[in-house]
Amino acid sequence: MWNKNKRLISNLIFVGALLLTLVCIELFAPPTSMWFSVLRKVCTFSLAAVSMNLLNGFTGLFSLGQAGFMLLGAYTYAILTIPVEMRSNVFRNYGDSVINFQMPLVPALILAGLIAAFFAFLIGLPVLRLKSDYLAIATLGFAEIVRGLVQLQNFGPVTNGPDPINMFTAPKNIMAYVAISGISILIIILIINSTYGRAFKAIRDDEIAAEAMGINLAHHKRLSFIISSFFCGVSGAMMAMCNTSVSSVSFTSAMTYQILLVVVIGGIGSVSGSIIAAFIFYASSEWWLKFLDLETFTASGSKVPLLGPGFRMVVFSVLIMIIVLFFRKGIMGTREISVYDGLMKIRSLFKGKQAVKEEK
Amino acid sequence: MAKNILHVENLTMQFGGVVAVDNLTMDVNEGEIVALIGPNGAGKTTAFNAITGVYEPTNGAVSFNGVQIIENHPQGKMKKLYAGKNADKYKHAMTKTPDELTKLGMARTFQNIRLFKSMTVFENVLTAKHLRRTSNIFTATLKLNHKEEMRMRAETDELLKLVDLYDVREEIATGLPYGKQRKLEIARALATDPTLLLLDEPAAGMNPQETQELTKFIHYIREKFSLTILLIEHHMNLVMDISDRIYVIDFGEEIAEGVPAQIQSNQKVIDAYLGVSEDE
Amino acid sequence: MNIMSYLIRGLATGGQFALVAIGYTMVYGILKLINFAHGELFMVSGILMIYIVADLPTLPIWLAIALMVVLTVFIGFLIEKFAYSPLRSAPRMSVMISAIGVSYLLQNLVSYVTGGLSKQFPDIPVIGESVRFLGVKDKLTVFLSPVIALVLMVILVLIINHTKFGMSMRAVSKDFETSQLMGIKINRVISITFAIGAFLAATGSILYFAKNTGINHLSGANPGLKAFIAAVVGGIGSVPGAVVGALIIGVVESLAKAFGLADFSDVISFALLIIILVVKPTGIFGEKTTEKV
Repeated sequence: MWNKNKRLISNLIFVGALLLTLVCIELFAPPTSMWFSVLRKVCTFSLAAVSMNLLNGFTGLFSLGQAGFMLLGAYTYAILTIPVEMRSNVFRNYGDSVINFQMPLVPALILAGLIAAFFAFLIGLPVLRLKSDYLAIATLGFAEIVRGLVQLQNFGPVTNGPDPINMFTAPKNIMAYVAISGISILIIILIINSTYGRAFKAIRDDEIAAEAMGINLAHHKRLSFIISSFFCGVSGAMMAMCNTSVSSVSFTSAMTYQILLVVVIGGIGSVSGSIIAAFIFYASSEWWLKFLDLETFTASGSKVPLLGPGFRMVVFSVLIMIIVLFFRKGIMGTREISVYDGLMKIRSLFKGKQAVKEEK
Repeated sequence: MAKNILHVENLTMQFGGVVAVDNLTMDVNEGEIVALIGPNGAGKTTAFNAITGVYEPTNGAVSFNGVQIIENHPQGKMKKLYAGKNADKYKHAMTKTPDELTKLGMARTFQNIRLFKSMTVFENVLTAKHLRRTSNIFTATLKLNHKEEMRMRAETDELLKLVDLYDVREEIATGLPYGKQRKLEIARALATDPTLLLLDEPAAGMNPQETQELTKFIHYIREKFSLTILLIEHHMNLVMDISDRIYVIDFGEEIAEGVPAQIQSNQKVIDAYLGVSEDE
Repeated sequence: MNIMSYLIRGLATGGQFALVAIGYTMVYGILKLINFAHGELFMVSGILMIYIVADLPTLPIWLAIALMVVLTVFIGFLIEKFAYSPLRSAPRMSVMISAIGVSYLLQNLVSYVTGGLSKQFPDIPVIGESVRFLGVKDKLTVFLSPVIALVLMVILVLIINHTKFGMSMRAVSKDFETSQLMGIKINRVISITFAIGAFLAATGSILYFAKNTGINHLSGANPGLKAFIAAVVGGIGSVPGAVVGALIIGVVESLAKAFGLADFSDVISFALLIIILVVKPTGIFGEKTTEKV
């Protein structure tokens, strides 16, 4: 029991320190720093990855509908938070918006999640009976359908058709993103650790045994699907805030694959892994590897070979392939980060070295 | 007379033209240990799966504790293909899913052990407590079900002590030795508070000593949890030791029923197991 | 335009998708892998054609095509060797992720080489010429595509059902381990399967891009997805299923355009996919499987 408390306390201290660092970055980093855009993106995709992990990693349901649910969340949020006076400007091609009020940020976020969850409920009824790959294909198809429908002219007064939506509320400071993402992930962790989380894991491990133990498969799969989609919707809304503009073209299946890669790199079945992977993924693709895109010249004036626009993504995808092929379990596997255990490991490492020295 | 727990009536299970279970009728009474035996491929496991709701039987009915749980009649393509009897006896089609049956008090184990492989021994058993929850997703997430959760954990520990698995409670279930995995699977089934326990070849892959221990264990849990047990088994020693009554099936059909002594001397059973030579 | 011309165009796109869909379906049949990189391979073969014609202008076009097909087959072979075969014993999910990684890599590589710009596909003689048939005037490739797809399908089905190699392919798709024990060199079977898939994708890419002339690094995504849907609709694992599925998808999308639902055409094919999956989860020609308890 004491050990468990020690673990919890050290993890809390760790999270506290992390928050403090983030506050410091917020306050002291120069406004042009890459930290801001990267951290906003990391928060958004951490949540997307964790919610995908809840479904794919913890419940064993292989769904590829994330882009669709994020799109629903993003559009819901964006449409609801445009200031009333801006509406006729944004929707100028369609006369005016059918919605004529502006919602505050938090209710709009929750509604973004609820709309995504509602669609998950509808699509879940027929689709969740499908097995593994077929479920993935059907949800992928659903996401593409949503993307196709949303840009139809007929829905113009609601969705602005193929034109992007902008001018909606989009907070700039990172702490807003950290808070939304943090609270959502905390809720997901609580679900995973509850009796429902155990039922989800049971379904993942062995569907037939889970059913024989009295776990209603249809009910629990739907539950997991709806919860995951809710938070996908919220992360979609966060993505809208990040980009300050929403357009259906950004919610392609390529985005779903990207989130899946984040989940895999972090470890399928590890929440902290997803967060770490989201950070590494977006920091390296958008920041640390940026220099590869520049046509760098050496002191002698000759060009460094290979470097040039697009080279960054080539290197990045090669790195991903290396992880996928050689570190199959991802960074964390199915474990969660534990500061206390980490410290103990380091201590034993030192002790081990000392012991070796003494022997000599 | 003892109360009837499980009543299987004209159960037929047909896959295309193959009749795996043919008009099986059997009864299990309260407190009994009943064995269902037969040579390989006789249809024992298929019968089990039809009783526990994994398969929809082609025809027949099952009632549990006096409640009708399964009833079906040949329909669709099966109507033409149906090879069994009593085709017109059943009018309704109802099959409860396995989880509903477990909720009613019917728990089972599997021939090829199916544990939750990423979980510890403790979690495996705790998960089986999920079906008796009173919490919903919101109260469970917000930890408003703390009392219930604590009770579930305490009960799980108690159960693990009773079946002598408490000392390995933190180990990953699939890392246990084979015999203990079998025991754990039974413990997990017990955690659902069953009145009827169905064991699918509990002694498969066990050596004689382990089998003997298992015999004792099954007797022990029957007393401890006042269970009724239906089992499928190949180990004749175990079956003869443990069973109050035995049903023998071959090629899907029931060929004998009785107490162990009767079965042992039944010519039909001996023929089924040893085979009858052609020129007789 | 009359309905006939829409129908013919639909069959043409269907035939081109069919050649890609066979690649998906064969790989799925053997490895139970959704080869997400297959659409990208299709795009890469188009890009290869452009570069071969541009860099070797003296090469006769037929040799250029042959060289492109050989290179595509070689790339298909390499992908299997480096990205899939090391994961043979890994969970299926890992292999699929690897496929996604490969498709990501191919896209980024092409984008780096082309600078992300759209390239013009060279004129292919004969099939690029306009002809009139059944009262419809269009490029020859349009009329030829479904015929070529059907002919190749028949040849492939004959190979699968009547040769020794086809038998080992069927064996591997039924049971990996047992066929290995029976002395079938599964790695060779898998390699050849990928090579056949790549060959068909290269053929499809010539037919497809000969009418849609611009290619960039994203050109493989949509045909890839459509061909994949076709394979699923037809019943993944079945070669005739893939062709039938592709022809259905091609015609349905083309007819959607004929009835003024051009914006809807993607939505319609995906809706068709979901309906088929829900009604008959294993597709039109798919076999039903049951899990043993």
